Amino acid sequence: MKHELKFTVNGHPYELHIRPKTLLVQVLRDHLGLTGTKRGCSCSSCAACTVLLNGMAVKSCSVLALQAEGAEVLTVEGLARGPELNPLQQAFLDHGAFQCGFCTPGMLMAATALLRETPKPNKDQIREGIDANICRCTGYNSIIRAVTAVANGEYQEAAK
Amino acid sequence: MSTYSVIGKRVRRVDGPDKVSGRAKYTFDLVLPEMLYGKILRSPHPHARILSIDTSKAEKLIGVKAVVTGKDTLGRKNGIWRRFPELCDEEILCRTKVRYIGDPVAAVAAVDEDTAEEALDLIDVEYEPLPAVFDPLEAIKEDAPQIHEGVELNINVTRHIEWGDVDEAFKKCDYVREDQFKCSSQAHMAMETHCAVASFGLDGKLTVWTSTQSSYYVQRLLADMVGLREGDIRVIKPATGGGFGGKFELDSPQFCASVLSMKVCKPVKIVLQREEEFTASKRRTPMYCYSRLGAKKDGTLLAKEIRVITEGGAYTGMGATCLYLTGFFSSFPYRYPSYRYDGYRVYTNTAPTSAMRGFGAPQSTFVSEGQLDMLAADLGIDPVQIRRLNGMVPNHEVPGQATVQSCGLPECLDSIDQHLRQRGKLPPDHGIGIAAYGFMSGGIFNWFDTPYAFSAAIVRVNIDGKVDLFTGACDIGQGSDTTLSMICAEELGVALEDIRIHAADTGICPVDLGAWGSRQTLMTGNAVKMAAADAKRQLLEFAAAKLGANIVYDLDIKDRHVHLVDRPEKGFSYYDIVKQAIRGKDGEAIIGRGHYTPHRKGMVSPAYSFGVQAVEVAVDRETGRYKLLNVTTAHESGTVINPVGIEGQLEGAIMMAGGYGFCEDQPMDDGRILNPSIAEYKLIRSLDMPETKILEIDTYEPEGPFGAKEAGEGLTNPTAAALGNAIHKAVGVRINSLPITPEKVFRALQDQKQ
Repeated sequence: MKHELKFTVNGHPYELHIRPKTLLVQVLRDHLGLTGTKRGCSCSSCAACTVLLNGMAVKSCSVLALQAEGAEVLTVEGLARGPELNPLQQAFLDHGAFQCGFCTPGMLMAATALLRETPKPNKDQIREGIDANICRCTGYNSIIRAVTAVANGEYQEAAK
Repeated sequence: MSTYSVIGKRVRRVDGPDKVSGRAKYTFDLVLPEMLYGKILRSPHPHARILSIDTSKAEKLIGVKAVVTGKDTLGRKNGIWRRFPELCDEEILCRTKVRYIGDPVAAVAAVDEDTAEEALDLIDVEYEPLPAVFDPLEAIKEDAPQIHEGVELNINVTRHIEWGDVDEAFKKCDYVREDQFKCSSQAHMAMETHCAVASFGLDGKLTVWTSTQSSYYVQRLLADMVGLREGDIRVIKPATGGGFGGKFELDSPQFCASVLSMKVCKPVKIVLQREEEFTASKRRTPMYCYSRLGAKKDGTLLAKEIRVITEGGAYTGMGATCLYLTGFFSSFPYRYPSYRYDGYRVYTNTAPTSAMRGFGAPQSTFVSEGQLDMLAADLGIDPVQIRRLNGMVPNHEVPGQATVQSCGLPECLDSIDQHLRQRGKLPPDHGIGIAAYGFMSGGIFNWFDTPYAFSAAIVRVNIDGKVDLFTGACDIGQGSDTTLSMICAEELGVALEDIRIHAADTGICPVDLGAWGSRQTLMTGNAVKMAAADAKRQLLEFAAAKLGANIVYDLDIKDRHVHLVDRPEKGFSYYDIVKQAIRGKDGEAIIGRGHYTPHRKGMVSPAYSFGVQAVEVAVDRETGRYKLLNVTTAHESGTVINPVGIEGQLEGAIMMAGGYGFCEDQPMDDGRILNPSIAEYKLIRSLDMPETKILEIDTYEPEGPFGAKEAGEGLTNPTAAALGNAIHKAVGVRINSLPITPEKVFRALQDQKQ
């Protein structure tokens, strides 16, 4: 038995028919082809699958897709405007805030949610904001520097 | 050497835009038309004979397209030490016996993952459980169960290293210490689990996309295992989500997906679940270590003897290399006049242990740097001073083993000494411990028996001046695509954005052994530099003719400007000369070739990096809990090609090596790993991550491209050791087993009170 799901992803409206047990991450990756969102564990422990659901960071491996009915979902693919990377993406590039890049989409989304909620976070708030997200490569400090740079307005040009 | 245009600059990674926009495609993301999904059935027993496998029910399940067992294979045994057949001991799909919980026995391909999973439940395997042994100290006993036929006392590999007259030297020592240590295991825990998509065509050719550290090894080993010729297998490494030593052998997804695909002639994808990744991919080698260290009263080290018994797990993997390197790096970074190492790698019925970042050296550094601090304290000598007194210096010869050319250890020690002075007196229960270390820039050993150069590169200059760089090197996240592109751009005299790198695809790239042993910056870097120089030479032939300059003048290209070195104003555009050169060559693109294999550089590595790390902790005496406050590292890796890359390697290494010292472990019960999920496997997260500082020391390595050497693994070596020393400085207790848990600190503090 399939159910209808109407929701918006990265500003684009979708109407799908899915099995009720389908996870949000499966819909994003397998149905819509938005493979930027990753899965590192399938038990909501690594946060590689973080997306924004109505502006809130959620682990899309622990959300049923049907829970996103009528919602607005933002994934890593929705951060850039055309070829123009957003401030956070640029800061990640400049600060080497990623290596293998597998956690990066989730990390960017967690940081996006953090900056929306707390536009000027201090270091401890940034550490807390990304604490659920595991990165095995960077040691986190470069990510903290990148988020700090954005919070300090160093990428305002890019935001315009 | 600030004359470089590209090298040493803070650049954005060449794979950066794809990675921050979600466009980078990993093997994990790949979907092909008609693709099937595979799953692997694994042994629930640590040691058992396989009596029968009945796959008939699974085969009848709707949606199942193929089921394979060991009977569908050629029955060959896989091993990366190809020169030593007795060390090729892993069937991957077991035919008669399983040797650890997680050993593969069958694989299924179905139309989707759920169906494949369901089919696994329908396979009936009849096992006869056998007595099992989990601890190497038990496995080495006469009456222990035999894990591999014909292997006496389960001893898989032994390694002996010796120089000088050790026994005589110990007699001359004023002071001798004997200590025992235990080093634990660690999971690589790359964010992308092992995965592969294999596609066998009706043309008899196999293509494998896989998350790997060496597409060449996978190609060669698969050829052996599935009975195809190397040239009929193309291995492509898409973006790869980390490796850390866990992804350069032929693994179960690669092999099983290939066997399944060859049966059904459709693409098959296998992605390991996180739990499989923890239980059935390889891991860091646990060790029991005994070390005896002797010195004169003034702290001069005279003799060292070390014996190590390692937990091999069920198969060899890269364990033999690890065993040697533990022995070699137990002498680092000091000048021991006499030294003896005996290492024994013992088979056990546990998940196989193998290479992991640092390759046996984090363990040996924990042992040797811990013991050296104890010896220094006994003799009343400052930890920096004893390291200065005995530390390696440039052009040091390790007898019979290696030649160290560049070595910035003395400067690193000075730098850390200054840092310690600046920190001054610490608050109560705070402590700073230091550890010195060194590491190799790629291995010289060729146990794989490749007839190819260790590294090779091709540079193609196209009509518009843009450059295609082809290399088999594998960027697994560490940034080699960027570093190699920088080397190419610098040597050729163009900008970084002029380079497009095509890497790790055996179908189009020259062979490179891949990303292990911190080899790619130096070895592949040399090959790339040579290829770029070859292309540049061809361009300069035309430039020289066009300029008609006196033969005594030297020509070069820099910042896309072709010119006389002594008279830079005399020259012209790089673009013009490229067009003319290609026309002059009858329309053939300019192709430069380069290769590198170390010669006359000893047995281990062409170059070594060095450093000293200081770890500061604050300990709570009541609970034994402690916090890593900051980690300061004086590090030298020759010329820094990519400064952003080095920062990332350093900070990332502290997360991983700090975790090894602090919290990461794989406790077992009768061969079963007890924490096979990210929720249970404790690692350093952002809240626990200490502040980090780099004190960069300048050195120049004559063997490296532009003077560069490794910066990948060496940084993983010191942290656990420095942490142990820091705890001792803070509260006076010494923990000789890893990880240094709060519980161990608490118990030691209790003992201290009594």
